[in-house]
Amino acid sequence: MNTVFQQVDISHYIYLSTVLFCIGLFGVLFRRNAIVLLMCIELMLNSVNLLLTAFSTYMGDSSGQLFVFFIMVVAAAEAAVGLAILVMIYRNTRSTTVNFLSNLKG
Amino acid sequence: MGLYALILWPLLGFAINGLLGSKLPKTVVGMIGTAAVLIPFVSAVSMWGAVQEGALVSRAFTFLQVGDLHIEFKLLLDRLSLVMALVITGIGTLIHLYSMAYMAEDAGFYKFFAYLNLFVFNMLILVLGANFMMLFFGWEGVGLCSYLLIGFWYHNPEFGYAARKAFVMNRIGDLGLLLGLFLVIQHFGSLDYQVVFSEVAKVSHPQWVYTSIAVLLFIGAMGKSAQIPLYTWLPDAMAGPTPVSALIHAATMVTAGVYLVVRSEALYALAPVARDLILYIGLATSLMAAFIGLKQNDIKKVLAYSTVSQLGLMFIALGCGAYSAAMFHLVTHAFFKALLFLGSGSVIHGMHHEQDIRRMGGLRKAMPLTYWTFLIGTLAISGFPFLSGFFSKDEILLHTFQHSPVVYALAVFSAGLTGIYMFRMFFLTFHGTYRNSHYPFEKVHESPALMTIPLAILAVLSVLGGLLNLPHYLTHNMAEGLAHWLAPLFVFGDASVHVEASTEWALLGVAVSVFAIAFFWMRHKYISQGAVAEEDADMPASGSVLAHKFYVDELYDSLFARPLQRLGEWMYRVLDRKGFVQGTDALGAITLWKARVAARLQSGNIELYLIIMVLAAALMLGLEMFA
Repeated sequence: MNTVFQQVDISHYIYLSTVLFCIGLFGVLFRRNAIVLLMCIELMLNSVNLLLTAFSTYMGDSSGQLFVFFIMVVAAAEAAVGLAILVMIYRNTRSTTVNFLSNLKG
Repeated sequence: MGLYALILWPLLGFAINGLLGSKLPKTVVGMIGTAAVLIPFVSAVSMWGAVQEGALVSRAFTFLQVGDLHIEFKLLLDRLSLVMALVITGIGTLIHLYSMAYMAEDAGFYKFFAYLNLFVFNMLILVLGANFMMLFFGWEGVGLCSYLLIGFWYHNPEFGYAARKAFVMNRIGDLGLLLGLFLVIQHFGSLDYQVVFSEVAKVSHPQWVYTSIAVLLFIGAMGKSAQIPLYTWLPDAMAGPTPVSALIHAATMVTAGVYLVVRSEALYALAPVARDLILYIGLATSLMAAFIGLKQNDIKKVLAYSTVSQLGLMFIALGCGAYSAAMFHLVTHAFFKALLFLGSGSVIHGMHHEQDIRRMGGLRKAMPLTYWTFLIGTLAISGFPFLSGFFSKDEILLHTFQHSPVVYALAVFSAGLTGIYMFRMFFLTFHGTYRNSHYPFEKVHESPALMTIPLAILAVLSVLGGLLNLPHYLTHNMAEGLAHWLAPLFVFGDASVHVEASTEWALLGVAVSVFAIAFFWMRHKYISQGAVAEEDADMPASGSVLAHKFYVDELYDSLFARPLQRLGEWMYRVLDRKGFVQGTDALGAITLWKARVAARLQSGNIELYLIIMVLAAALMLGLEMFA
């Protein structure tokens, strides 16, 4: 019994999630805006989620999807904390770029 | 239980006096200390009959358990250890009594008694131990007490130096003893006397095993019993209070080496080379110490060299295989040498800490009791007929005659020297005119009863000590009591004397005439002519060599002490300061430099961190996939 997902070859999911992950990664590496950084991290997490669901479906093993839920919960929490920090940073510095973080160097 | 009573009392005395002594009155401290030695003496006497039936053994607990080696804390009271225990506790009691008066003025009174009790405890462990481990335990313990008591008046740096010298020289001997014990473990698999000696009796090992063990054990004995080349600590040990010299450095501890050899008779019987070594070392020590004793002017130093010389005589007996003769001399020597030391202490006490015999003279009138007891001690040690020293020394001389006439001649010569230096000291101290201008004769006083009573008892023992082992020409029933008493212990047997009666009488005649020559020569020189020992400045060259003890201390100093010191200084300068100090400094500097370089990475620049992180992750992934 093939679902519509299984009719697409697994390699396509892998390519897609790799591309998404790399976009996120390079965004994290080369953008300075903290909001964009957070979004890129989210993108990387979701690319992993996509991969997990894809494999889960192909293997007929639902534990991969369980992981995805966990990751979503953690990502939500992370976004909440991260944004809260960001708001504080913005209030203090009137900017959302990350260069200022070197000021925290001990 | 019975045997533990012997060793626990002195330990208890040590604990009480050591912990509470400073708060107790001096009489109580002295009484506790004396009782802690008297009680074991009484119980040792009461065990006499039981020991005659067979050795008593009591086992307390396992001391060590390493692999197959099983060492127990076990006590053994047999005929040999009973003799030693009686000497230690008997003479120990008298010396404790004496010390109550002698040390009465001393601030460290309680400490002194605590140390003395600790010494008696360790000495009893040494002789009552049922294996070599216990012997070693006691051996080290008495060494420690000896160190503590030599340096008892530690405010004087000279005395502290003497204490350290004794400790270090004993360590050299102890190394030999320890190596010997290791060999015993390796070849016989045990340290227990019974196991080891029954194993030895099978004679199933190659010759070199017995010889090397015997020689190594003897090196231990050399240190403790002050034989060449490790004897120089004993004369310096006279820095300690006089009762200490009497108890530790004359009567008991220094004879531990003799005890060790007698105990290991089975081993020595199989090691003739080691016995020869003992014989010649003993002979050389006996002669050399006697020569040095001729020109010493410190009353205690004369006695110290005399002790070294007499110990040499005991080792001569051991070298001839005459174990019971050595034990006999050990016992009689303990009597008269303790008497002489305590007598010299009485003189020093009466003269207010004067020890130079050139500053004495004519003390006979001021201290009659000390005079008479000292006379008995002097006669006994120089071999006046029918006193204890006469019998014990003659027995040894008889054995040497049987061994070789040359050794006999040298031993007789040494015995003659004994008479000469003893009477020289005796006449200079007690006869002639009083020669001390700093301390008026009227103030010289006889010592209190607490000191003279032990002197009197020891004098009686010095006279009657010969009864222990009378020669067979005097009596048939009581002859050689000590030899018969000890005989069952020996695996291979004691040397026995087979000389004709006429030869024996001739040898006796020689001994008596040697004594007479020494006595009359000294009497002529120091009484009839009234000679006095020279001051250091007027001494002729030959006397000066003797007075400087053949320069052995100087020799050791330049051969060992100074090179070692220089080596130490070099090590300090080069290895320590340049090597270790600068080396560790350099290590620290390198670490600091590395840290400084690494710290640059921590710039606070997030992108850099992230790039490094990603690259590192990629590297790890790549390695995982392609390697």
